[in-house]
Amino acid sequence: MTEIIVVTSGKGGVGKTTTSASIASGLARGGKRVAVLDFDIGLRNLDLIMGCERRVVYDFVNVVQGDCTLKQALIKDKRLDTLYVLAASQTRDKDALSAEGVRRVLDELIAEGFDYILCDSPAGIEKGAHLAMYFADRAIVVVNPEVSSVRDSDRILGLLSSKTARAEKGNGGVKEHLLLTRYSPRRVTTGEMMSVDDVKEILGIDVIGVIPESPDVLSASNAGTPVILNDESDAARAYEDAVARLLGQQVPLRFIDEPKKGFLARMFGG
Amino acid sequence: MGLLALFRRTPPTANLAKERLRIIVAQERGTRGAPDYLPLLRRELLEVIRKYVNVDPEAIQINLDKEDGHEVLELSVALPEKAAG
Repeated sequence: MTEIIVVTSGKGGVGKTTTSASIASGLARGGKRVAVLDFDIGLRNLDLIMGCERRVVYDFVNVVQGDCTLKQALIKDKRLDTLYVLAASQTRDKDALSAEGVRRVLDELIAEGFDYILCDSPAGIEKGAHLAMYFADRAIVVVNPEVSSVRDSDRILGLLSSKTARAEKGNGGVKEHLLLTRYSPRRVTTGEMMSVDDVKEILGIDVIGVIPESPDVLSASNAGTPVILNDESDAARAYEDAVARLLGQQVPLRFIDEPKKGFLARMFGG
Repeated sequence: MGLLALFRRTPPTANLAKERLRIIVAQERGTRGAPDYLPLLRRELLEVIRKYVNVDPEAIQINLDKEDGHEVLELSVALPEKAAG
């Protein structure tokens, strides 16, 4: 049984691709067969975050247009045996993907026996974002604790509940989860940043993960290694927890409270 | 948080963000899925009604409800208590 998961947000720059790469890697590290698809036609970036940018020969649009087979276009991850990447097209126009074409690719991946198909959505609510979510069983809505991101997420939740195959067929709709990124427990404590509970209350859906603000995320993208694979990082632990919750395990939220500091550390920073 | 930060504290604005979001999100959810022509329809109806009765711009409510596969456009106009004949 294959599950199709869209990673979406509405707003750009909140961490969709970082999240897609880490969740896909986390699932694959647990032995699942995973394909992660970049729907950002014209602005390919998942390949860079996954560190396979120099191995892209064929892309999503090539497969849809029949220039190559799906097998030729899937890039096997160098670190994890059961993980495959399908890159977005870099040059062609945005209309090159059609619902029918996307459905064919997804059907073939399902027939190949993948456990999870992750669809990395582009920002916005245009065609690419629509196609990324249309066939999804589940959605991970990536949100920063910041006004524009939260509002855009609510827009996306509206689209998930109306403009998807599951919503149209009326078979239970898409299962929705929130994933907060760039979370700063210190700023939440000082009242400068909305808390997990604030965002959850406004949007009214469950939280599958809270990723703390971390310099490791930039280092990971610099190196082309999904941050979840960094054994030293809190952000990686937080992504691992999110993967566990995705798999149905009950895991308490971590890294949402400010670490206790001594008097001197509080006075002199640290 | 260093020594200086004690004197130069950023004002806590998270609650402000939450309140503003609560209002705008509720408002946008109310019109979610409604056809794009609804605001214009509302305005034009208001103009027509105002030719006859001087109603408040806020007195017209338009709701679109979906029930069992069909849609109901509900229009409610609150007339002023002493409608000028």
